[in-house]
Parts: sequence; structure tokens; C-alpha cells
Amino acid sequence: MYSQGLIGADSSTTESEEFLAAFQARIDREEKIEPNDPMPEGYRRTLVRQIGQHAHSEIVGMLPEGNWITRAPSLRRKIALLAKVQDEGGHGLYLYSAAETLGVSREQMTEELLSGKAKYSSIFNYPTPTWADIGAIGWLVDGAAIMNQIPLCRCSFGPYARAMIRVCKEESFHQRQGYEIMMTLARGSEEQKQMAQEALNRWWWPSLMMFGPSDTDSTNSDQSMKWKIKRFSNDELRQKFITATVPQAEYLGLTVPDPDLKWNEETKLYDHGEIDWSEFKAVVSGNGQMNRDRIRDRNQAWDDGAWVREAALANARKRADNQHIAREAAE
Amino acid sequence: MTDRHDLTPLWEVFIRPRNGLHHRHVGSLHAADSALALQAARDVYTRRGEGNSIWVCRSADIAASDPSFAEANFEPADDKIYRHPTFYDIPDEVGHM
Ligand SMILES: [Fe+2]
Ligand SMILES: [Fe+2]
Repeated sequence: MYSQGLIGADSSTTESEEFLAAFQARIDREEKIEPNDPMPEGYRRTLVRQIGQHAHSEIVGMLPEGNWITRAPSLRRKIALLAKVQDEGGHGLYLYSAAETLGVSREQMTEELLSGKAKYSSIFNYPTPTWADIGAIGWLVDGAAIMNQIPLCRCSFGPYARAMIRVCKEESFHQRQGYEIMMTLARGSEEQKQMAQEALNRWWWPSLMMFGPSDTDSTNSDQSMKWKIKRFSNDELRQKFITATVPQAEYLGLTVPDPDLKWNEETKLYDHGEIDWSEFKAVVSGNGQMNRDRIRDRNQAWDDGAWVREAALANARKRADNQHIAREAAE
Repeated sequence: MTDRHDLTPLWEVFIRPRNGLHHRHVGSLHAADSALALQAARDVYTRRGEGNSIWVCRSADIAASDPSFAEANFEPADDKIYRHPTFYDIPDEVGHM
């Protein structure tokens, strides 16, 4: 999801017509493709990129919420937020493993994230100035993620689909804990309600952008749909998300910051106002409010952990050598 | 570029949901050695009571059948219907067998 309909993908492929047709026939029969199966290079490349972007998003996604763990307003909120952030780290790991089955190494993916070469969801480049932002993230950002990830459970690539099933099972608590935070604020003092409204104002449009460019501008969508990597277009998912979310905002007594939002009796969906795609492009290309901080923080975490990784490897090598010596002595 | 020798090895993780069931493959992870792999598997794969026992083994130690031989390997089983109980005609009067 977080792969945003794939930023800058290239699904071009050079195999023979027969090879591609045989592969497409497997896809059309709803057969799952497993890592060692023959597959078009474009399919592999698209998946490495999409799963990689998705994994990076889970990992970077821990940062905006991590910002509030030490300042959560109660112990209950704190343990819930800790558990949620830990889940996101786990999601990143499931996804990196799925990408690794396609022959890309963890080290390479990590390097690409740390150097800023790899993309991740634009949503995590927004700041979390108040506690209400934590509520809005759980409700809207995890809500949008769920909307996108549920169809990915049926993705044609087996390891990605299996990782998504695990992830989806864990996501619903994320959204509920966020909505509960919003509910508490919306029923609180005038100031608290105001804080919830402002968080909704901040996160609404960026959440809609999580679904990626509009179908008319999403060049890679068609091939991904044909290969059943994705099952719905960006705009379809976005509209489904809006339609599910608007009544939830109404229940909170909050106002969705889109004056053009209108119920469409014919489609039974909400039509929405114009999305500011120039903002989306700016954030994706590295000029969001928090892009630099996020990459700096990831690099710092990586550097701070270096001694642990080195010590663990040194210890493993020493024990392997000792076993070797002991075996030789016994012979 | 990192030296191959310095890479943290990949492990496959198997979890037994409860006594009486098989350990089942749930995914993989990187760890320097088996003790750390077990610890990481506990954190990554059993946060919600998914099991009571974990196995880990180095991914490099797994031998896998070649998918291009899948037909040769597994299709012969398809036409051996005499390996299934319904192949044999036993009159109903005999009762459940
Ligand atoms: Fe997640
Ligand atoms: Fe989540």
C-alpha cells in the first residue's frame, strides 16, 4: 500500500511471447507464483520494488508515532502505542523477507533506504506535533493502509500475499486504538475537540495521497493489474476509503476538510475535491516537512546499532571456531 | 561493499501452535547465530500467542526440489487412483469400512 501504486516502477520485460503467455495463463488461473518459479523479469522487478517500498514504509512509519511514546497521556495509551509501533517493525521484517525471496539482499535494501535512494510512503514525512496526531494516524493512516492491504492478501506472488495476511490480522487493532484516541478527544473539552479537528485537517489530504496518483496518471497500474499484483486501481481504493471514513468522522462530530465532498447517489460513493498533486510530488521527491529528519534518524539508529551487530557476528564466529577445534581435538 | 562473510545469515522459522500439531513454516529472519535467531523469532512471530515452540534452521541448509521438475516429480501421483479408498467397490451391506 504504502508503495503508493509504486513510485517510479518499470515493468518492461523482454521474454518471448510464449513465455509471457504461459505466465499470464498461470496468473489467470489464479495460481500463486512462488519464488523459484519462472517469472518475467518485469514481474520480479516490479515486486522487488513494491515490496521494498512497502517494507521501508513500515520501518520509517515507526518514527512519527515513536515521537509520542514517552509522552503518551496514560499508561494504557502508552502500552498500546508501544505494541503498535512494535507491530510496524514486525511488518517491515515480514516484508523484507518476502522481497529477499526474489533475490535482493537485506543489506542492499537497507543501504538504499539509508542513502535516500529507495522510496517510502509520502505519509511518513509529515510531523506529529500533538497527541491527536497519534489518534489521526491510527484511524486514517492505518485505515488507508488496511484498505490497500486487504486486496494484497490475494496478490499473485505467494510470499507477498502470505506476509499481507499476517499484517492484515494485526492492523485492525491499530485503527481501533487510533479511533478510540480521537473519540476520547472529541468528547473532551473544547480545546481537546479542537485538537482532534486540527489533526483531522492535517492528515486527511495526505491520507488520500497514500493511494497514489490518480488512475489517469498512474502509468504502471495496468500491467500490475494484469499480473494480479494489485486488484483495484488507486482511485477505486481511495473512494472506498473515503466512503468508509466519512461516517466515522461524522460520528466523532468532526468535519472532513473538503468543501467539495459530496455523496453520489448513483455510485453510492463520495466524490471528493481536487487533490493537491504538487504537494504529493514534492513530498515523494524528498521535499516534505520531515524527509530529511526521517532519513537522518534511520541512519542514526543504524549507526548506533552497529556495535551490536558486529559483536553478535564476532561471537557467532568465535563459537563456530571453538566447535571446530573441539571436534578436531576429539578425533 | 560488504564482505559476504560479514552478512548476517538468514534463518527459516517454524512454529508449533500448540502441542499435538506440527511445527509449521511461518517466515524467515536474519540473525548472527541460533540463539539470537530464536530470540528474534519469538519477538517477530509470536507476539499474539501464535505458538509454544520454535524451530529455526539456516536457510542455506535447506535443500529444495527443483520447480522445473515439479511435473515429473508430482504428476505421476495424479493417475494412481487405486491409492485412494474410493477406487474399491465394497457393497453398502458390508457397512462402514
Ligand atoms: Fe503496518
Ligand atoms: Fe499499522
